[in-house]
Amino acid sequence: MKNKFTIFATLTFALMAYGLYQALAVAPTERTMGDVQRIFYIHVPSAWIGGLCLAVNFLASLVYLLQRNQPLGRKADALAVASAEVGVICATVVLVTGPIWAHKAWGVWWAWDLRLTTTLVLWLIYLAYLMLRRFSPAGNAPLLAAVLAVFSFADVPFVWFAIRFREYRGNHPKPVFGSEPGQGLHPAMLKAFLINLLSFTLFGILLVAVRYTLERARQELQERRLRIALDPEIRAAQEVTR
Amino acid sequence: MISAPPASAPTTGTVAAVELHQVSKHFGSMAALRGVSLNIAPGMVTMLLGENGAGKSTALRLIAGLAVPTRGTVAVFGQSEREEWKARLGYMPHASLLYEELGGLENLEYFAALYGIHSRPACRKAMEEVGLDPGLQRRVGQYSQGMRQRLSLARAVVHNPDLLLLDEPFSNVDAGSASHMAQRLAAMRDAGKSVIVVTHQPQVLDGVADEAVFLAEGRLADRCRWDAAAMQKFEAASLASRVKGVRIVSDSPRRHGGTEGQDVS
Amino acid sequence: MASLVQLTRIGLRKDLQLEWRSKDALNAMLFFGGLVVVIFSFVFQPTGDEAREIAGGLIWVAFLFAAVVAMNQTWARELRNQVLDAYRVSPASPNALFLSKALGNFVFVALLELLMAPLFVIFFNLRAIGPAWQLIPVALLGTWALVVNGTFFSALSIRTRSREMMLPLILFPISLPAVIAMVEATTTILSGEGSGPSWPGALAAYDVMFTTICLMLFGTVLSAE
Repeated sequence: MKNKFTIFATLTFALMAYGLYQALAVAPTERTMGDVQRIFYIHVPSAWIGGLCLAVNFLASLVYLLQRNQPLGRKADALAVASAEVGVICATVVLVTGPIWAHKAWGVWWAWDLRLTTTLVLWLIYLAYLMLRRFSPAGNAPLLAAVLAVFSFADVPFVWFAIRFREYRGNHPKPVFGSEPGQGLHPAMLKAFLINLLSFTLFGILLVAVRYTLERARQELQERRLRIALDPEIRAAQEVTR
Repeated sequence: MISAPPASAPTTGTVAAVELHQVSKHFGSMAALRGVSLNIAPGMVTMLLGENGAGKSTALRLIAGLAVPTRGTVAVFGQSEREEWKARLGYMPHASLLYEELGGLENLEYFAALYGIHSRPACRKAMEEVGLDPGLQRRVGQYSQGMRQRLSLARAVVHNPDLLLLDEPFSNVDAGSASHMAQRLAAMRDAGKSVIVVTHQPQVLDGVADEAVFLAEGRLADRCRWDAAAMQKFEAASLASRVKGVRIVSDSPRRHGGTEGQDVS
Repeated sequence: MASLVQLTRIGLRKDLQLEWRSKDALNAMLFFGGLVVVIFSFVFQPTGDEAREIAGGLIWVAFLFAAVVAMNQTWARELRNQVLDAYRVSPASPNALFLSKALGNFVFVALLELLMAPLFVIFFNLRAIGPAWQLIPVALLGTWALVVNGTFFSALSIRTRSREMMLPLILFPISLPAVIAMVEATTTILSGEGSGPSWPGALAAYDVMFTTICLMLFGTVLSAE
């Protein structure tokens, strides 16, 4: 278990280093935007992981709601926390890198752009989710949070719709794949991008796994405390040793 | 010491009114109940006695279905699914569960409707049975403590439940109101209903209560038939020394604050 | 089903009666709403077209703030003397409780809007260019959108440590698309420049979606410890 983890983590970091090298040194500089375009190799994979995390959070919350008093429910809750936190971090990266890029490319830090604004709203929603967890008494937090997760996820299409039709300026670069031949990415850029996408995905999984393990350990600790509190013999033994 | 014959295990054929099986309940790392197993036969008035923090109110909330046991199972009339016995249950906790801006009858009519009862006469009768005047125009906010408790009892029994749970119904209540309520409980028992009362004043229920169950530190400490002898001994030996065998607390537990078992919910 | 309707009606009547006698929510909400209108009119001093452009946004933000004040009161009433426990031990349907609360809030907030809207018209010298009657369905749909989620989230909030603060924290982000839709619909009507998607349609979809989710999950929240 521990070995597998070490191997996985090492591979992930190696791939990330390679991806970074490809993105910063090997991929050619973009003609019009210059070096700042390289942010794209971080920005897009982060957005992807963020979206993935929200989907995982929703599914885990559903499982929790259905299996509340089962061991599976506790696991689902741990996964929900882990994915929500990693998702918020990824969204933060998107929200930081986006404006940096926009400042150079569009001349403004913040444009009322569909994707970026949607990310901002989702970021707010999932911050509220984490806040709710924080302010709930320990026994209630998983349930209240799981309920809110359902609302949050149902909100996504509405957020998208509202922002899409409100301010449709179309500043955001269109997805570059599948456009007509001749256009699109330089092969070296594509390679750097794909490597980064893969390495970030692995990194995202790694983060969620670590956080999940931590949360499970916390649950286990709580469980053990409870067992001690309930078991007279263990309590008696403890009092003697004290 | 009261000699404690293991009182009244449910006789064969009848379903226990309440059955707790290895029930534990914890709030955070604080255990309120630890592995309590208890059968209460139907048609009896049972007192739950014990010090503050012994887990009495928690036990009552578990039976009421307001809380879920951390471990173990709770069954009422043989049903373990709480939706099954909600309609047969009356619950009168420490708080009054009444709207202060409504009058007595208005309160009762609302709560009766929750049980599908839409009958003003039934509500008037419930008020009369606890010695309150149904014509009273005053809002509950202006009731005295004794009147509130009586109305609260009327609210808990307005749908004629088969099992009635009461948490400290006599605290801060005048003697007249207390005896009114005790009579009402006796009448219910005589009609074949089961009553479980958490109290610090067992003397109020002298002649009414059938048995007493003692809790200490979240455990079932003792259980006995409640008769004159038990009453005398209870008064002689204080509760605390009885269950712990060491500490002697002689005063009656006046300091009961009213948040026990509910603070964490 | 009949009993659900009946229970909802009884619950609603009880809530209106309580509110009528105590006037806790109404007083706070009305005063707060009036304050917001006055402050907005001091801070922005718009005229004519400008007012039409921004009024939609200001009105709905004011309503949103005032609605939060009202909705925080909904469950506070049930916590006093722990009356909610009486409902929880009873076999009555949780959804009847939810619907009566949501409808009660709807009545309060709609009343507030009726009183605040003329203030806006006066302070901002508003005159709609588009068909003004269309504001009514928009207001109804928009109010329900705020109130249905607000009622649910305030039921969530009373289970947390910082009750009153939690409601806006959850409600505002989730309501954002609905607020955008209300504002856009209102602005379209006020300025008479109608094009683009059907905002009332989007609001209706939002209402249906979230009413369904609320009804599906309320029982779980109510029976939680």
